[in-house]
Amino acid sequence: MKVQFSDISMRFGAMDVLQDVSIGVEEGEFLCIVGPSGCGKSTLLNIAGGFLSPVKGTVTIDGDPVTGPDRRRIFVFQERGVFPWLTVEGNIGFGLFDLPDEERQRRVAQYVHLVGLEGFEKAYPRELSGGMKQRVEVARALAVNPDVLFLDEPFGALDSITRLQMRSELLRIWRAARKTVLFVTHDIEESVQLADRVVVMSARPGRIRRVVEIDIAHPRDLSSRRYIELRDLIFGEIGLAHQV
Amino acid sequence: MSRSRLLPLTGILVAVAAWQLGVSLHPSSLIPGPIAVARGIGELAARGLLVKYVVASLFRVTWGYLTALIVAVPLGLALGMRRRAEAAINPVLQVLRPISPLAWIPIAILWFGVGDLSAIFLIFLASLLPLTVATMNAVHNIDPVHLAAARNFGIPLRARITRVLVPAILPQLIVAMRIALGVAWLVVVAAEMIAVNSGLGFLIVDARNAGNRYDLVIAGMVLIGAIGIVLDLLMRRIERLDSVRWGYAAE
Repeated sequence: MKVQFSDISMRFGAMDVLQDVSIGVEEGEFLCIVGPSGCGKSTLLNIAGGFLSPVKGTVTIDGDPVTGPDRRRIFVFQERGVFPWLTVEGNIGFGLFDLPDEERQRRVAQYVHLVGLEGFEKAYPRELSGGMKQRVEVARALAVNPDVLFLDEPFGALDSITRLQMRSELLRIWRAARKTVLFVTHDIEESVQLADRVVVMSARPGRIRRVVEIDIAHPRDLSSRRYIELRDLIFGEIGLAHQV
Repeated sequence: MSRSRLLPLTGILVAVAAWQLGVSLHPSSLIPGPIAVARGIGELAARGLLVKYVVASLFRVTWGYLTALIVAVPLGLALGMRRRAEAAINPVLQVLRPISPLAWIPIAILWFGVGDLSAIFLIFLASLLPLTVATMNAVHNIDPVHLAAARNFGIPLRARITRVLVPAILPQLIVAMRIALGVAWLVVVAAEMIAVNSGLGFLIVDARNAGNRYDLVIAGMVLIGAIGIVLDLLMRRIERLDSVRWGYAAE
């Protein structure tokens, strides 16, 4: 297992947030974690990222316990993680501080190209749209060539059209780079479109209710019977009848 | 000329005209009109005092202010990053803050005598506290997401300070720098009235003591105001730099 959660429990003050969460993530797998808000899915991701320590249990990556943040696994926040005082180039090259200038410029150019931001290298984040900022952040994460990416509702602040575009872009990048991806979202449709497996969590204290394998090949047909079946299965699992 | 320049200029012209009108309607009001004051400025220039006094005042402000900046920013960063140090030192800063820098004049003269050093010390004190407190608060206001991202990439402490902490606080710091420079300019005038024998503050006191030359008193006031505005405009220019504009409300 690339990432192994074993019996993770978490508490903030008197509030139990996570209870005995155990799951393994395969190398190169795209795992989505969904659940009602406040179920601790973000907390779980922060524990894996090394930003929080659980009150019980351990996370191991490649067999080593996680003790703090590490540049081999990068956390992607919503677009607000981009540094507003740096240009697109400066942001993407941020983690490459230990490379010689020439090598760094080459890498930056490569990732600018990967996320399609050519022509915006010198632009500041305030001049970019939300989707472009999100791409900068993904490129900044990928540029240090991590083996694991943690994405915490990365597209939550985007409009629905941009969100769709960003999803297919993320899948394209994921297929090219084959990173292990842990992706937290409250959007069930999003999880079924992206994931190899979807972890469905219960309301607080968060526990794993069910793990659903999404056995549909990419590119996924969003009107196929299997897609709708799996989506409705997850909606049902969370306790939402799929109707408005 | 664009309207944005025309209106402020009109305002100043109207104020000067009202001043002239007031003086000519009430010649007994004892204060000279704008024409006399302009002549006074001309006289100062002719005697070589204009440049000398302006340079003297700016010299003191520059040294006092820059020294304060050099001390305050690292101190504020350290206090902002270390909560325990802040808990110990912040109360001292807060007690010192309400004491007017002018209250230090006797002590400044005791320590440094009458001269530049006293004035520089007073300006240093006047700028130090607001700059330190502003830096400290700006560190607290840094978006935790940015700190987390910096940690995630494992960049060394030094780079974390120069590439994350300092740029993150810069927009707030520049506002504090602008306010502190304004205070420094207020203080230099007061300090020069007592602690030295040159500068614009000295000019005002000296012009009154040596023959009630109120035209020169007001000439000094006008110069102080004009230079203060120029300093403020220069500081405002820094706020328009590309790497800090994100910190201010959208244009």
